[in-house]
Amino acid sequence: MFQIRIHGRGGQGAVSAAEILSVAAFIEGKYAQAFPSFGSERNGAPVMSFCRVDDKPIRLREPVMQPDALIIQDPTLLHLPGLFEGLAPEGLVLINSTNPQIECPVGNRLAVPATELAMKYVRRPLPNAALLGAFAAQSGLLHLESLFSAIRAKFPGEVGEANAAAAQAAWDCAQELMGAYASAN
Amino acid sequence: MLQQIEGSRAVAESVALCRPEVICAYPITPQTHIVEGLGEMVKAGRLKGCEFINVESEFAALSVAIGSSAAGARSYTATASQGLLYMTEAVYNASGLGLPIVMTIGNRAIGAPINIWNDHSDSMSVRDSGWLQLHAETNQEAADLHIQAFRLAEELSLPVMVCMDGFILTHAYERVDVPTQEQVDAWLPPFQPRQMLDPSAPLSIGSMVGPETFMEVRYLAHQKQFQALARIPEISRDFARAFGRESGGLARGYRTEGAEILVVALGSVNGTIQEVIDEMQEAGVPIGSVSLCSYRPFPVDHLRTMLAHARHVVVVEKCLAPGQGGIMSMEIQTALTGLAPNVATIIAGLGGRTITRKALRAAFERAHNGILPPLTFLDLNEKAIAREPEITSGELLCR
Repeated sequence: MFQIRIHGRGGQGAVSAAEILSVAAFIEGKYAQAFPSFGSERNGAPVMSFCRVDDKPIRLREPVMQPDALIIQDPTLLHLPGLFEGLAPEGLVLINSTNPQIECPVGNRLAVPATELAMKYVRRPLPNAALLGAFAAQSGLLHLESLFSAIRAKFPGEVGEANAAAAQAAWDCAQELMGAYASAN
Repeated sequence: MLQQIEGSRAVAESVALCRPEVICAYPITPQTHIVEGLGEMVKAGRLKGCEFINVESEFAALSVAIGSSAAGARSYTATASQGLLYMTEAVYNASGLGLPIVMTIGNRAIGAPINIWNDHSDSMSVRDSGWLQLHAETNQEAADLHIQAFRLAEELSLPVMVCMDGFILTHAYERVDVPTQEQVDAWLPPFQPRQMLDPSAPLSIGSMVGPETFMEVRYLAHQKQFQALARIPEISRDFARAFGRESGGLARGYRTEGAEILVVALGSVNGTIQEVIDEMQEAGVPIGSVSLCSYRPFPVDHLRTMLAHARHVVVVEKCLAPGQGGIMSMEIQTALTGLAPNVATIIAGLGGRTITRKALRAAFERAHNGILPPLTFLDLNEKAIAREPEITSGELLCR
């Protein structure tokens, strides 16, 4: 089972991100479960959502406590206590940041400018689709095509196409950055 | 068709497939997405022949359902928490009048203090109202139980509550096989009311009953629950034959063969419990579990048979009877009268407190070692209760 914890701020679409991820995994024939952290969310307040992906039915209902990957939708959350709780040293951390070298205390970090890509393609500061595109590249968990289908199912029409374009751009950006990180090491 | 959808959406789809004729609802978290979904379907003309009635309160929601059901229309509503409390008077009327209304409960705690998260205090508060209460373990089961609920309700002329854990199920996206309209039409016959209000053939429903017959009415309500006890497993088997999967029934055992410890629980926490059972079985602990689907009627004989061979029965409950302890535990104690198992209660997940594998495993290990107290509050924050020394300095209730 692969477990993902998404940290964002109310209004950034953390819940939709988990949902889209689960739909993309479902399209690939996997079992997936997505759910929010169930708070009384307010715009701007720190929020969490969770996604599990497995080859067999998922029975577990506790929140994701030992994530294999963290997706951080807002870099100002990096100082939040407990943000990295349960993440293994080799766990994946995807951060929405314009600084590819942003410091991260634990895990295997990748930083992509998701908000900027969203502004370019979607014309709104909603980093979701871009982050998921980068996540597909970073994790290898799902194909970009399945992600596109999930994005289009969630946002029909032009909005979906724009979000898919943002996801593609972030995927390209992630590939390039991962190559750069690898050669720097 | 297999879909990756939100639990609330799955229930809305499933209810729509049952062709309800009247839906009335008042929004309350965490049930709202269900009736929102149904409202959209009615408005878009996808759910034909159905009137969606917006009302001013939960009391009105169920009162309208009572009226429409009495007029012979298949009627549905949904609520949670304080909303269920607010409609309580109507809850008793619906069952007393024998009206086959189906109502979803998105299980949520009751205030004060106000709390929007999951536990079972709401549906437990009307456990003695004469409704049938079925609990879903997964969103697939929640969807399936609604189809079974209409059949059960209409066959028996009794209202049915389908209880699903608020947020944990209502807001979770998972894989659900939503049946086709043809499948549901073939399995669920149209509603044939036993009696109905009709201006061309006037009759009274709900006249006053005096002391000379009231007790008989209640006796019959009790007997009706036994009829349901027999029909629930049959309907579940019939559903399995038609739809190709197991859903509902009275109770389901998990790895119960040879188990010395048996855990009993309602609803979605059974999934987490089963994970813990696999871990402990791996470590050689003879432990299994029973997921109770039918809370009303309470399947006394069935549970007695399932639990009789255990040494310890551990009841995990998302509700509390203050001053008494576990509600379901009391009923399981009664079911096990004269038998060997020692029954312990774990109060867990009140007001949405996370129920973790770790905490459950620690408690089950204590049961295995014979040191689990009769009543435990799972993951109780000792520091928080220490701030009330005048209450906690006495003998601890949880010992």
